[in-house]
Amino acid sequence: MPATIEEDKPQIDIDRSVGDFRYDVDYTYDAGVGLNEKTIDYICDVKKDPEWIRAFRKDGYRKFLEKPMPTHWATKDLDNIVFENIRYYLSQGTQPSRTWEDVPEEMKQTFERLGIPEQERKYLAGVEAQFDSEAAYSNIKAAVGEQGVIFVGSTEGLHNHPEIFKKWFGKVIPSSDNKFSALNSAVFSGGSFIYVPPGVKVKHPLQAYFRINAQNFGQFERTLIIADEGSEVMYMEGCTAPKFETSTLHSAVVELVALKGAKIQYVTVQNWSSNVFNLVTKRGLAHEDAEIKWIDCNIGSRLTMKYPGVIMKGRGARGEVISIALANDGQHQDTGAKMIHAADDTTSNVVSKSISIGSGVATYRGLVDIPPHRKGCKNNTECDALLINSHSRTDTYPAIVARGNSNACQHEASVSKVNTEQIFYMQQRGLTEGQAMSLAVNGFVNDLVREFPMEYSVELKRLIDLEMEGSVG
Amino acid sequence: MSLSIQNLTANIGDQQILKGVNLEVPAGEVHAIMGKNGSGKSTLAKIMAGHPDYEVTGGDVLMDGVSLFEMAEPDERARAGLFLAFQYPMEIPGVTIANFLRAAVQARLPEGEELEATDYYAELYKKMDALKIPRTFTSRSVNEGFSGGEKKRCEILQMSMLEPKYAVLDETDSGLDIDALKIVSEGVNALRSPGRGFLVITHYQRLLDYIVPDKVHVMVDGRIVMSGDKDLALELEAKGYDWVTEPALA
Ligand SMILES: Nc1ncnc2c1ncn2[C@@H]1O[C@H](COP(=O)(O)OP(=O)(O)OP(=O)(O)O)[C@@H](O)[C@H]1O
Ligand SMILES: [Mg+2]
Repeated sequence: MPATIEEDKPQIDIDRSVGDFRYDVDYTYDAGVGLNEKTIDYICDVKKDPEWIRAFRKDGYRKFLEKPMPTHWATKDLDNIVFENIRYYLSQGTQPSRTWEDVPEEMKQTFERLGIPEQERKYLAGVEAQFDSEAAYSNIKAAVGEQGVIFVGSTEGLHNHPEIFKKWFGKVIPSSDNKFSALNSAVFSGGSFIYVPPGVKVKHPLQAYFRINAQNFGQFERTLIIADEGSEVMYMEGCTAPKFETSTLHSAVVELVALKGAKIQYVTVQNWSSNVFNLVTKRGLAHEDAEIKWIDCNIGSRLTMKYPGVIMKGRGARGEVISIALANDGQHQDTGAKMIHAADDTTSNVVSKSISIGSGVATYRGLVDIPPHRKGCKNNTECDALLINSHSRTDTYPAIVARGNSNACQHEASVSKVNTEQIFYMQQRGLTEGQAMSLAVNGFVNDLVREFPMEYSVELKRLIDLEMEGSVG
Repeated sequence: MSLSIQNLTANIGDQQILKGVNLEVPAGEVHAIMGKNGSGKSTLAKIMAGHPDYEVTGGDVLMDGVSLFEMAEPDERARAGLFLAFQYPMEIPGVTIANFLRAAVQARLPEGEELEATDYYAELYKKMDALKIPRTFTSRSVNEGFSGGEKKRCEILQMSMLEPKYAVLDETDSGLDIDALKIVSEGVNALRSPGRGFLVITHYQRLLDYIVPDKVHVMVDGRIVMSGDKDLALELEAKGYDWVTEPALA
């Protein structure tokens, strides 16, 4: 795979800002670096994939080679990804040779400040390859299992539940959707498979957090969630803690299917270190009267490109994207939403808030598609940007493709700044500049943070405090 | 024990605004500053509070013997006991009064000590009731969409929660209706104590009927040109500023 390398930006940013740390890990079992047909065969063999998955992967690989980099509309920084230098598969159980003593002091403090439990700190710091939460996880698994819910890893899903898995896998997001969905199709491992039977309302949110391990936080995870008729489920992934990163490219694919009258909420909170390219494809298919809601918080990374979408395929379907993006110095958050109104009387809502700090860049890219012959479709889009200090940049590209008179679209955008007078006012009341900034930023995202489950919203607030403290001289 | 302004000069850009201000407010006293628009009253207040736009070119301000300028950041001065009720209070979208004040009170506690939420709310409600601020205001964003008078009342609420050693009130009376003026004045008077000093900037003698000052100073073009007792305010009200200014220019 020929990749162009521009030397204008270093391969890996060595940036000691909050949540950013890395050290080398000794890999015993992996597929080596680089990607070719052999790598894919290696992955298939190790994972004992069925033949149809092998074919699916190879087809994905071909499409990955064919598809152009989206540099023409996104960013040239993508050209700095060197595909030959990436490890596409790490086997499970690889033990990092680190001890807690090796973990940088500032990182320990960050865990402390975020209130991350002791056990999880070790995993997150890369000291332990497995997060031992089998107890908590099996409780949830047992609880939902009684209701007939399947909640397993994607590998287990495709092996043990092929009848459901095969029906929907790769149907919402075809491999050919974009270069990175194709790459994921070729080399995916990890991620979750969930099936909720008709009418079952899952009381507990299902959390990827409970089953953190090398697989789940994999670079190329693949998640498929199917909510059968009239069922309800909430899924949460990620955590606010900075995650030890050995790999610079993360490219996940998440497919959701909500059958008639079903409801899916998918909550993501991610805090990437600033050497990471996070290029994710997330889309849901909502049947008649179904509802899909993406609640998404992206912090950090060198470049995040993520545009969660909902295809409203059945009459009365609803789609929603609530997102918060925070781009600190040197980071680029290119996020947005895609709402495809493929049936009458469908409703979509997008609320996006971005915060750019220092040289951070936040871009909103939206697509709302309502073909002319549709009736009774509604979209509401709000995107607000907050700039902190004069270098910050924000761009909004809302593409609303709505034709025909029997549909309604509403779009509002705002850009505001935390100005020095506001900071002075708050400092006059005794708050430090950092505290004043984080109050202002928390105030800006406050209404969206409330949409997150309780434990996430508390962590989010602390995380914003940390980011803001780090951002003032 | 005093707030002592000593020959203070200050610029904005290369324009001199304060041209040698001398003024001493002993703890326990209330002093008023009056003066024409643009004479430098708010500038003086903001410089003491540490506004980053102004450059102090000479002189000093001592708060109980400690120079304010030794404290680089505005928040250090605030925590040391200086409070400024702003002429134009800022709006902070999304930050509720309750959370804002809680953070400010918390910032004054020793390291490691957590503010007790129930005590805090009890105190906050008590003070809001005294200032006749509806309790529903706790969940409103700081100053956002407040009427002029509500903003001023909210400044006094903040002052009474933070209990400063020295408070500078910059035209807190402007925008207040007659009832509110009484309520706010009572709020200020309730805080008068032997250990606390006030510097009250106003254009109207009426305020000084309620908050009776120990001294009244007149500022003209970046200087205090005349000082007197509370009757000076009456005289200014009757005669205007020209009789003060002219001898100063001569
Ligand atoms: N940021 C600034 N840039 C330029 N000039 C300024 C700035 N701030 C204050 N000034 C000038 O300094 C002078 C004093 O202003 P200041 O606000 O201190 O007056 P004041 O006495 O409080 O007036 P008022 O009674 O109208 O409130 C004015 O001429 C004003 O225009
Ligand atoms: Mg003024």
